[in-house]
Amino acid sequence: MARLTLWRWGVLGLAGLYFLVPLAASVVFTVDVPGQGIDLDAYTQIFSTGGFTSSLLLSLELAAATIALVLLLMVPAMVALRLGAPRLRPVVEVVCSLPLVVPPIAFVAGIGTVLKWGPEHLSRTPLFQTFVAIQNPDFPFVLVLAYVVMALPFVYRALDAGLRSVDVRTLVEAARSCGAGWPQALVRAVLPNLRGALLNASFLTLALVLGEFTVAQLLGFQPFAVWIVNISGSQAQLSVAVSVLSLLVTWVLLLTLAGFGGRTRTTSRG
Amino acid sequence: MTVTTPDTAATVEFRGLRREFGPTVALDGLDLTARPGELLALLGPSGCGKTTALRMLAGFEHPDSGEVLVDGEDVTRVPAHRRDAGMVFQSYSLFPHLDALDNVAFGLRMRKVRTAGRRTRAAELLELVGLADKGRSFPHQLSGGQQQRVALARALALRPRVLLLDEPLSALDAKVRLTLREEIRRLQQELGITTLFVTHDQEEALSMADQVAVMHAGRLEQCAAPAELYGRPATAFVAEFVGTMSRIPGRLVEGGVEVLGQRLPIDGQAPEVSATSEVDVLVRPEAVGVRAEDAGSARVVATAFLGAAVRVTVRLADGTEAKADLPTHEAAALVAGAAVSVSLPQRPVLVAERTR
Repeated sequence: MARLTLWRWGVLGLAGLYFLVPLAASVVFTVDVPGQGIDLDAYTQIFSTGGFTSSLLLSLELAAATIALVLLLMVPAMVALRLGAPRLRPVVEVVCSLPLVVPPIAFVAGIGTVLKWGPEHLSRTPLFQTFVAIQNPDFPFVLVLAYVVMALPFVYRALDAGLRSVDVRTLVEAARSCGAGWPQALVRAVLPNLRGALLNASFLTLALVLGEFTVAQLLGFQPFAVWIVNISGSQAQLSVAVSVLSLLVTWVLLLTLAGFGGRTRTTSRG
Repeated sequence: MTVTTPDTAATVEFRGLRREFGPTVALDGLDLTARPGELLALLGPSGCGKTTALRMLAGFEHPDSGEVLVDGEDVTRVPAHRRDAGMVFQSYSLFPHLDALDNVAFGLRMRKVRTAGRRTRAAELLELVGLADKGRSFPHQLSGGQQQRVALARALALRPRVLLLDEPLSALDAKVRLTLREEIRRLQQELGITTLFVTHDQEEALSMADQVAVMHAGRLEQCAAPAELYGRPATAFVAEFVGTMSRIPGRLVEGGVEVLGQRLPIDGQAPEVSATSEVDVLVRPEAVGVRAEDAGSARVVATAFLGAAVRVTVRLADGTEAKADLPTHEAAALVAGAAVSVSLPQRPVLVAERTR
């Protein structure tokens, strides 16, 4: 028993070192100016560098829109799948896993082609305006669409795990026999019990959108991840400081989300 | 206490219900009526369609043909949430995110009853099922029996016209099952609410129900009061499904049946037998007499101690086995292999077509 505990601490320590050493090194690198001691210049610089606030805000807006859209799409779909067509589940699972198989670079090449092809062939139709609108640099909706697809595998898995732990059919039927219509049964009886799953799905989507680089860069937009890479070329210290900061920002956001969701959460087993 | 009884209990009627799931016929023309205020048990082996029938009354299944009537009114097309039927499910169906009180009040909330009103009513109902002190407990903090009580209170909260119980006791352990079934019966009689109770446990059905409907392969075999069902089963299926029944070969003769060397009158209609007059006589174990006798042609195969009685399985001269319940003190001499003679009392017996 004691040996087992020792092993556990050993493994935890090693894993901790693996993550913490590079992090600590990064932090030291950003604050330590050789010969002059500690200096927080690199961090203050970030905020004065143009584009920090706007790119971070853009990323957050994209994340919020993506979470809303992907949940609106997937929650009703998966509940319906459970209740109405359980045999289709493997099909949906495979479809939702496809984005893992298709490399982002191929995905974005496809989107790029469509975006170029669209306006040429649809210039005389109202759809032309649609193509223009979804590429609005202030809020590129096309990125939301791309991120929804990319988030599917994670959202599917998170929701599936949540739905497995509750008896959706019985909950819906119990609610209906208590006089609740279909929408009420879903909102009042099923969704509250999927809270954990919804949070997990939101977490994963948020992390995905905040860190996504390939698609945004190749389509020519500048959310947070792209901005970090862009400024890192000029100043080594600044770029590492930004990376550390972005890590902190992500953590803070995830913790906020967890705190927000966990406050009134009750464990529902039994 | 101000817990109400429904103004008038409802009549429930199934008319020619038919439902197929792919190749399986779940219901094959079911006709059944539950009278106002009575507890009707739907009894049958799994897959006999009893749950399907109940779910049709609840509005969760729809018949391919036939009608469901409540108080003479056709509700076949009415959606589940407007059926006015409270239901208790087999699996624990409480909403895990709500405490007991809010679970009971859920239906009232759907009906837009004010908070104060629904709190009061929910508390009353919890008191009714003996859980007044558990209002603030969440389902995972309650035992299985308590959860089903809360579910019962929830089903009664909207003062439904019909109460539907879908094997509500089958997930509970034996002792809790016994107390809860008495309690359900007490509540049902107190409230005078028409109740349909699905079960595969014949003891449960016979001990609780006013009427028991035995179903088999999507059809109604017999619907009668428990005593009649046990004493005068209408079909061989009912005879063998309800209680224990042994088949002893006999032969139809003028004015009766010859079995075990005795001539006995026939109870009810004798089956129409083609060519031969070979039949089976159906007997309950408590009606079979077994006596140790060295010259007897039957042999004891096994004995099982049941407490007040011993169930003796004997093999007759022709190889068929019959079961007999004997008082424990009489059965002492009957060990496996002992030679015995078997007799039946001089009473009319049930006769069925020979199946083997």
